[in-house]
Formats: sequence, C-alpha cells, structure tokens
Amino acid sequence: MSVDLRNVHRCFRCGWCKLPSTFIDYNCPSYVRFHFESYSPGGRLWLIRAWLKKELRWSDRLAEILFSCVGCRNCSENCKMRFKDEVTDWIIAAKSVAIEEGLAPPKVREFLENIAKFGNPWGLPRSQRATWISGVKKYEGDEYLLYLGCESSYLEAGRKVARNVIEVLEAAGISFGILGNEEECDGNEAYMLGEMGLFQELAFKNMKLFQELGVKKVLTISPHAYNAMKKYPARSFEVIHFTQLLYELVKEGKFRFSRMECKVTYHDPCFLGRYNGIYLEPRKILLSIPGLKLVEMKRTRENSFCCGGGSGNFVFDLLHGMESPARVRVREALETGAKVLAIACPICRCMLEDAIKDEGLEEEFEVKDVAEMILDSMKSR
Amino acid sequence: MNKKEVHKALAEIVGEEYVSDSKEDLYIYSRDPGLAEPHEADFVVLPKTVEEVQKIVQLANKERIPVIPAGASLSLSGLTIPYKGGIVIDLRRMDKIIEVNRRSRYVVIEAGVTHGKLKAFLEEQYPDLCHSLPEAPPSATVVGNLMIHGQGHLAQQYGFNSSMVTGLEIVLSSGEICRIGSCALGSYWFSLEPFPIPAGLFLGWFGATGIVTKAGLRLYPKKKLRDVEVFVVEDPNLVPEVIYRVTHTEMAEDITTSAQPYPLMFRDIVMIQIYITGDEEEELEFKRKLIWSSLRDIINSKEGGFMTLAPNMKIAFLERPMSNITRFADVLKGGGFVYCGAIIPIDMFSTALKKLFEIASRNQVTFSHTGRVIGRGHCMMFSFAYPFNREDPESMEKARKAIQESYIATLEIGGIPWKPEPPIQRVLLEKMPRETAELLKRIRSLLDPNGIMNPGNWSV
Repeated sequence: MSVDLRNVHRCFRCGWCKLPSTFIDYNCPSYVRFHFESYSPGGRLWLIRAWLKKELRWSDRLAEILFSCVGCRNCSENCKMRFKDEVTDWIIAAKSVAIEEGLAPPKVREFLENIAKFGNPWGLPRSQRATWISGVKKYEGDEYLLYLGCESSYLEAGRKVARNVIEVLEAAGISFGILGNEEECDGNEAYMLGEMGLFQELAFKNMKLFQELGVKKVLTISPHAYNAMKKYPARSFEVIHFTQLLYELVKEGKFRFSRMECKVTYHDPCFLGRYNGIYLEPRKILLSIPGLKLVEMKRTRENSFCCGGGSGNFVFDLLHGMESPARVRVREALETGAKVLAIACPICRCMLEDAIKDEGLEEEFEVKDVAEMILDSMKSR
Repeated sequence: MNKKEVHKALAEIVGEEYVSDSKEDLYIYSRDPGLAEPHEADFVVLPKTVEEVQKIVQLANKERIPVIPAGASLSLSGLTIPYKGGIVIDLRRMDKIIEVNRRSRYVVIEAGVTHGKLKAFLEEQYPDLCHSLPEAPPSATVVGNLMIHGQGHLAQQYGFNSSMVTGLEIVLSSGEICRIGSCALGSYWFSLEPFPIPAGLFLGWFGATGIVTKAGLRLYPKKKLRDVEVFVVEDPNLVPEVIYRVTHTEMAEDITTSAQPYPLMFRDIVMIQIYITGDEEEELEFKRKLIWSSLRDIINSKEGGFMTLAPNMKIAFLERPMSNITRFADVLKGGGFVYCGAIIPIDMFSTALKKLFEIASRNQVTFSHTGRVIGRGHCMMFSFAYPFNREDPESMEKARKAIQESYIATLEIGGIPWKPEPPIQRVLLEKMPRETAELLKRIRSLLDPNGIMNPGNWSV
C-alpha cells in the first residue's frame, strides 16, 4: 500500500460515504453504532488530519474512533471523489502511524502481538490449531491446499464452517489437504490494522511454505484470507474462495440436491463482496437448491451492511452494544422473513450468531454457511 | 451547575454514551466544511426523542447555556458552529419517517431524517410520490434544509422547500413543545393554513427561535420517466427570456443554470438545464415539443440551441442528487468550496454572472455557477461558488475574500444572500430598515428571552 496521508485534507466531509448507494440508511458500521460525526469516515479523516497536524493529541477516544473503523469499505464504495479508493487506505495508514508510535489501544496491541508470537490473535498455542479436526489429510501435493485460517481453527463458529466445507469437498471427491498446526495466520487483520511489517512477514512465511510444498491452488474458508493472499507480492499460487469452487462443482452437477422449502437471506461479507467483487457465486449456489427461496435484505451486494467484525473487531469488538452492527444486521435479516441467514465467512458467522443470541432470536432463525446449505439439501433426501 | 454537573444531567437525559465533551467530538462539532472560523462547543448530545430534546433545552434554559441544533451541518456557512459555546444537539438519531398520507400527499418525519433516506423510502414504498430533493449530499437532513429555506428539484413548480411544510413540532426555548398547523388540532398533518402561520417564526431562523423536532412536508406526483434538455446561449442577457418562455409552457419539472470556466468546452457559455417528466414517452415528447417550440426563434436566430448530450453527460445531469456539485470541492485537490447562494430576480441573471466573473478574476480564483429557478420564474437561486485547498492558506484566503465580495455583490444587485453566515446576517440586519430589524429582534426576544438558541445567528 502506498498512501500519502498528506492528502487526507482532500476529504470534504460531505457524507456520501456514510450511506449506501441506495441511501436507504446509514451504512458505516461505526457511525451506526456511535452516531457521533467523529465516528463517520469524514469525521475520522478530519480527526486524523488534526492529530497529524498536532491540533489534537492522541487519546483513548481518538484510539477508539480510529480502531472502531472495521474497514468494510462502504466509504470507498460510495465516496464521490476521485480519491475514493484512498479513503479506506488513509484510515489504515493512520492506524499504521499509531501502531508505529506505540499508541494503539492495549486490546489492539495484544491482538497483533498474539499473531506475531502465536500465529493467532487469541494467543492460543499453535499446537491447538488443528487438534479439533480429525480425519483430514495433510497437504501432500493435492490439487488444493485448504487454508483454514485463524477463525476457522480456533473459533467454534468458524470450525463449523470449516467442517461443512470439508464435508462438501469430500462429497464432491475433491483432492485437498490442510496444513495442520503448521498453518500460519494469513495476515489480513494485521494489514487492516496497519501493521504492515507483520503482514509482510506472514505473507513471506506463507508463500515460502506454499512454495516448498508445491502448492498451486489455495482454497480459503475465510474471505479475509482470500483478500490477504490476493495482496501477497509475487504470488505463485492461485487463491480461490470456497464459494467460487463450490459454484463450479454445482455447475458440474457434483451434488444431488433435494427439495428444501426454505426462505433464506444472504449476507455479503465485505472481503468477498466490496473488496473482491464476488457477489454471484454464493447466491447461485443457494438458488440451485430446489425449493429454496432467496430474499435480499435492504442493504445487499455493494451496499451490504458489515457485521462489524473486520479489522480485528471480531476479537476486541470496539463496536459491541445494543446498536452493534451485527445486531442491527440481524434485525434487518429478520425483516425479510427468512428463517436462515446464509453467510460465506467464518467471522460473519461468529458475529451474527452472537448477535442472534444477544437479540434473543434463537427461535426465530439461524445462521448457516453456504456449504451447510448444500449439505442440508443433500441430506434431506 | 458546574461543567461536570451539566455533563451528568445531560447523561441522565440521553444516556452516557450519547453525550460527549471529548475534545475529538468537540473538534468536529466546532466547525463545518466551509470557511467559517471554528468555535468550541462544550458538549455534544444525541437525543432520540422530543422529550429528550425538551429536557435538554429546559436544562440549558435554566443554566443559561446556549443550544445549537444541528443536522448534517452542511450549510457551508457556519450556521451550526457554536459561536458562544454550549450544547450542540445533533438531531440525527431522531430519524423516523413517521407517516405517509398517500392520498393527501404528505409525509411526517423526525428532524434527523436525511434527504437520502426519505428519497429511498418513497422510491421503495410510494414510487408515485417524491419530495423536493436539493442538490446537497444525500446525508443532509430534510429539516435542516427547511430551516435554511432550501430549494429542491421541484422548486420551479412549487417554490422553496420551506413553503411545502404542512406542520411543525417545535421545542421552544422554555422547553415547551408546540405544534403548528392541522396537527395542532388532530392527527392529520396536511396543512398550515388557514391558521395564522406561526411556522414563519421558525423557518429560516437556523434554530435561533426554537428547535424543530418533527415536520410535515408536501409530497408531489413522481412521474415514471425523466429527461433533460440542455439549452445553451453565449449571451447571458438571453437567459431570463429563455427561462420566461420555458416557465410559460409549464412543461418543465426543474430548470437549472450553470456556467464554469473548465472544462474549456463550457467556457463563455451558459447552460440551461430543462428537466421534463412524464408517465409515458408520449407525455415526455409532448412537453419536449412545447419547450422546443417556445425557443424556436432563438434557435433560428442562432443565438441559442439545444446541446447534444453524450450519454455520460446525460447520466450526470439526471443523477439525483448530482454528485458533481459535491465533487467541486476537489477541484483544487483540497477538500473545500464555499458558495454564496444569492436569491435574485431572474432579470438580474446576467448582472450576477458578470459580477461572478469580475470577482473571480479580481481574486484570481476559479469558480462555478449553478442556479435554480424558483417558482414560475418568480426568482432564482444564483450561486457564486469558489473551491479552496484546505492545506493552502492562500487559496483559503482568496476564496474567503471572493465569497465576501459575492455577498456584497448580491446585495448590490438587489438580491438576498441565502443562508448567510453570521457576519453577513449582521450586514443584512444593518441594511434593512431599523423598524424591520427591530421587529426581528422583538420576535427573537419573545421566543428566546435568555438568548440561548443558536446565539450568534440573527442577533440584532
């Protein structure tokens, strides 16, 4: 990332970036959560400028304002200026300055230190990375390296996604293997938090390992890993998100679906959608299930409302509370009348499952990943 | 009460997380994107209900603390800057669209509803209705726009947005809640008339007489199709005649004007954008034909003509609101522009344009003009707009000087500066007859005896 923070003054604070292109409601997760202008993209950029110009000193509040940006990229999507792509990058670059100067909040520092020391943001032993998984062979020249990522290795919600993807791949007879405890963090959150040195180190380690193993295709469970690996310099392998492969398999007729009367709404993960333009594949998979009715939320595709878990917030969650983005999103999903909130990201699953519990909606509907929907349909024969 | 006690009292009203005196929040709420000097607020509060606004104002009145109601603070003329400190009340958590009465064509909204949200809501739920949408960013609030007598895309047909108000709910400086219009008698918000109209005591006052917490607003038929024709003249003296003829046809939805030095293809011409709508192609064609016909002799004499629009140009003209207006802030790659929206008689168009050229040339600034016809040619908003670079003090100073001269020029040609910044408000008050200024002072004193409501604005 090459960003010149000296250009941050170009933000006019007009506020287009707070909204989706449909204008239907505010779409910046931290603004929705806090509602102070300071937590909007424009307010944040003006405060970054004031801080860099020494008009304001660093404070806990400024730290919260900066690090509660989840990096969902709605601002860049909807900014009307020529520098629109730089808006998200400016915020990351400011986080970078805070990290370099040792100013990041303790929770953020701990998150990054844990990744550096233990290869995961919780500081859990590396040896526990793959202990939960059994019966899956390690990668040895298979067609795909299935990269699980931290959240699918350590979080129960993420493990569910991984188990479902593995079961679907096995059912389709796909040749794949995993890295087990040798797997390293993908570095996406390090990048989004502005810890570029750590990101580069993780990218280097992963690429070296993949090269040594002769990996040609990496299949990621998490859109975050997919996004990070797309940024790896001089990458010698192809990166594929699991929904992309599953859609190909659906087209090839690898699955025998049964009718499943079910109303489903799909939540676009930011790192699959806005960052990488993958909107169709997950939907086409769902629509290939006979009887499944796909209903869209008010904010969808490019205008999707983030679950609030990005940029490390799935761990340190600066946006928690009654109006947390995940809870707001769950209410929006409920409005569709769907019984299933389909996801394609383990972080989204974690955030939205927790939000459903917080909202007391466990009886109303549930979160399922796209692979699970395939399995449900196959098993309902 | 000391500051700590006020903070505690505010937190008891709105909840701890919706009151702030952190220097970061105060920094943002102490300035707007224009060129007005910042003044620091003491607190920012985010109420959710009218009762919370009421309690905040009661507290402020008792303690003689200024209160500054704010929407998106996009006036660019510092109207929500807390000139005397105090409590900035950001009303944007009050964002419910309460009711649409389709057959009576009105909507009732809370003060924090944005133009974007209302537009989106109507398009989804009532596609045959629309409100008059200004060219402000969609994050601007509808009520904020009413408080400054804003104009939208229906201004040519129906006038200022503030003349579309059908009812108001207001929190007075005493904390009393008043309703004005039919909503004062019953549950319908359909009309201000035939009462005496006290709404004028609040509209256009920038919150200096009371805080509007709800508004009823007229909605209008929204046609399925919309198109634009751009008529171009080299001689600005022709513009009033073109507008007169087109408004006479009563076929246009919206009529706007523009002039700018760059790109070069736009130099030395004035463009008149004529928007037409219809439910069917035939209706559009009929309107287009009448408008063309009204201008035929000007076309034949080659003094003006319709421009062929490239597809991307047409898309830009038809965008609602037009993002190109916002994009002007980045002309100098510097994040800012200011403009003086002059409300002028249409006859004065060419004089105003000449003044704009002179001011821009004298101050060595680039510029842009956009204008909008209000009523059937009864007047127009003529903007003198200048970009500046927030990192370049010289460009800021030039823009500041140019905008001051534009305000003066507006007065010289008999116009009225729209949403003027406080120093210009003072110039206006000095220029008007003493008795008129005294009347405004008396009204203000009556409604705000302790001078707590957005002080610095309309202060005699």
